Amino acid sequence: MSVRNVVSHSLWICWKDLLEFSRSKLRLVMLILMPLFMMVMIGFIFPSGNSISNTPIALANTDTGLMGNTFVAQLNAINNKTGMMKLSNAKDFEGIKTKLQNSEINGGIIIPENFSSNLLSEKQGYITIVIDQSNPQMSMTIQGVLSQTIVAMGEQMAIHQLNIKYNVSTTQATSMVKPYTVQSKGIVSGEPNYFQFVAPGIIAMVVMMALMTGLPHAISYEKDMGTLDGMLTAPISRLSIILGKVMAQTIRGMIQGFIILLLAVVLFGVVIEGSILLVIALIILTVFSFVGLGILITSFTDKEETATMVMMTLMFPMMFLSGVFFPLQQMPGYMQTFAHFLPLTYATAALRKVMVLGADIPAVGTEILILVGFGIVLLLIAVPMFKRAMSR
Amino acid sequence: MTENSAQAMKITNNFKCPRCGTIETYDGLPGEPRMVTCASCGLNGRVTIAKGTISTNSTNGNAIEIAHLKKAFGDFTAVDDVSFLVKKGEIFGLLGPNGAGKSTIIRMLCTLSTPTGGSATVAGYDIIKQDNKVREHIGLVSEKMIMYDELTARENLKLFGRLYNLPDHNLNKRIDELLNLVRMEKWADQRIKTFSTGMKQRINVIRALVNQPEILFLDEPTLGLDPQSTAEIRELIRRINAENGTTIILTTHIMGEADMLCKRIGIIDHGKIVALDTSANLKKLVSGTDNSAFEIEVSNLEPRMMSSLQSLGFVKSLVQEDPTHLIIRTNGNDAFDKIIDNLRTNDAKVMMMKNLEPSLEDVFLHLTGREAREKVSENPVSSGPRRGPGRRRRAARVR
Repeated sequence: MSVRNVVSHSLWICWKDLLEFSRSKLRLVMLILMPLFMMVMIGFIFPSGNSISNTPIALANTDTGLMGNTFVAQLNAINNKTGMMKLSNAKDFEGIKTKLQNSEINGGIIIPENFSSNLLSEKQGYITIVIDQSNPQMSMTIQGVLSQTIVAMGEQMAIHQLNIKYNVSTTQATSMVKPYTVQSKGIVSGEPNYFQFVAPGIIAMVVMMALMTGLPHAISYEKDMGTLDGMLTAPISRLSIILGKVMAQTIRGMIQGFIILLLAVVLFGVVIEGSILLVIALIILTVFSFVGLGILITSFTDKEETATMVMMTLMFPMMFLSGVFFPLQQMPGYMQTFAHFLPLTYATAALRKVMVLGADIPAVGTEILILVGFGIVLLLIAVPMFKRAMSR
Repeated sequence: MTENSAQAMKITNNFKCPRCGTIETYDGLPGEPRMVTCASCGLNGRVTIAKGTISTNSTNGNAIEIAHLKKAFGDFTAVDDVSFLVKKGEIFGLLGPNGAGKSTIIRMLCTLSTPTGGSATVAGYDIIKQDNKVREHIGLVSEKMIMYDELTARENLKLFGRLYNLPDHNLNKRIDELLNLVRMEKWADQRIKTFSTGMKQRINVIRALVNQPEILFLDEPTLGLDPQSTAEIRELIRRINAENGTTIILTTHIMGEADMLCKRIGIIDHGKIVALDTSANLKKLVSGTDNSAFEIEVSNLEPRMMSSLQSLGFVKSLVQEDPTHLIIRTNGNDAFDKIIDNLRTNDAKVMMMKNLEPSLEDVFLHLTGREAREKVSENPVSSGPRRGPGRRRRAARVR
């Protein structure tokens, strides 16, 4: 069994699989729709930053003094510029509570009774932000944005008073109130963007999914239909069969990966900083690292249904624990440790470094080595298993 | 006349003389030690016939040699110590009810399944150690069609031709020949899924012939086909055998099919070969006994006549074919006269009564003590000789 024969047979099997695939219109449509849905869905369900816009917020001014009104006027002025809130009025905390329970608002601001008197007696004025505990994501954002806004308002007030009362120039007053100022600078141009973060992970994930679901399906389907016997009775290496199937599924996965890449660039403004060739090489490497797992599961399961079930069970943790949607650092320590046993973690990390940060090969060397390692080890286990399973 | 199984498992080995290097061939039972003398230098020595290996040059005229073949799935033994030979160029039938182990034997011979015991050679090659060599020389028509629905007939044939390393030019010529053989040229570029079951099976059979196999395995080739397609496929099987000398081994649960097509038939039940011989010889197994079968026509047939007949001790089965015809199987002397007497006492008007030539069904009944399970086959279209050209159409001897 020469290498040339193995390759030639596997190419013919790949040709057959792709031809079959291309003849089914529904499958072709799905090939394009799946990545499209994936991208659009993620675009909508995940917050696109830490800002809010036109969020309904109730304002309860229980202060009777002048300072309460000044605060309201100041807040309105800022809101008119940014449009971040849709402000409505509430009588007091109870009023805000009712509105929150009725889902009319996402949060509230209370100016307490003693606000003016505190400020006038040279004490601090307290502002209360009411949050919606049923919506932690929104609460955190509102809390962050409102605190920031109110602190900024206070600073402005301070600068203004220093200027008037003690005749300090505005520049001087600013440096006294805010001695430190911060500016962010990325190592590549452009603002950080959630798509930029998530696109590399989704590409790695879709390629993995195509292979992990496609490969066991392709083989167990032929087993169920009896057509696999035709290949098994031909004088070809078992390797050709699995190789041909892997090639066909890889091509399918790559096509989907590229559709995502294209959508990310065209529709969601993702910029690829690194070499596109390195990106392609990494996608192929991702395939390589998963092939063994796909073959292994194919060998273990005799029915299409079982194969699909096993796949799903394995795929979901991989999808969510590999840092595709959320950074690994957000997870608790033991989960991070677990994530380091998943090849998808390294595939995602490497693709992200290259696509977002413009990294070169040495910078992703560790990831490449680990992915190659995963691939070799899994194949060494899977190929003999597959050969054995084929002659039961 | 049943095959001697001891002979069947005799195998041939080549041995190299350690003194002069001459290669000598000896035969014997697997694992048997033999004292031999080298023909060229006279060295005496002991050789051991290898267990289950058979010489690779199949000059002995056997296409398939099976010795003590076994296949167990856990506790269930599907094939239990089966040994037989299939001669080159013959059509050999494996006949038995569903689940008897026919398909398992075929799958092992086609290298799709590994035996749990025993050995076999196909085209002179060991099915375990030389599986790829075996594959080069065989074609398989399995119970499930080996074809891709979304591909055209030609694309299917091409794919399999490629897997046998046929070069482009030869392959295209071969595909045209094969399509011509089954008169399907017109449909060559249509997708398989648009074909009728009969057309599909014709393509499926020629697909197995792409590599010009020496041996063609057919596992229930007419299962699920309408009567016309069944006849076509049977004719095709005969032609393949007659024109190319292809050895054919076919399995069927239809007695009539085995009778019509096969030179020799192995009857298999519960994983064991219970008889193996030509159809004619198998039938002699029954005719030498007291078993006989009669067809009777009674113009005024009534249920009480049948129950009266059934109460006779020697009547083993009684089947009403239509309002006036009965088939009775008996075991005993003078059954013919006794039946006539019984019918007359019941005022039956006997129009005709004939003694039927024994069928393979009778052989099966005789050997296994029960009816072939074909009556409960899941496939009514192809079930049984009732509609096929079975024995009832043949001229029957009337005493």
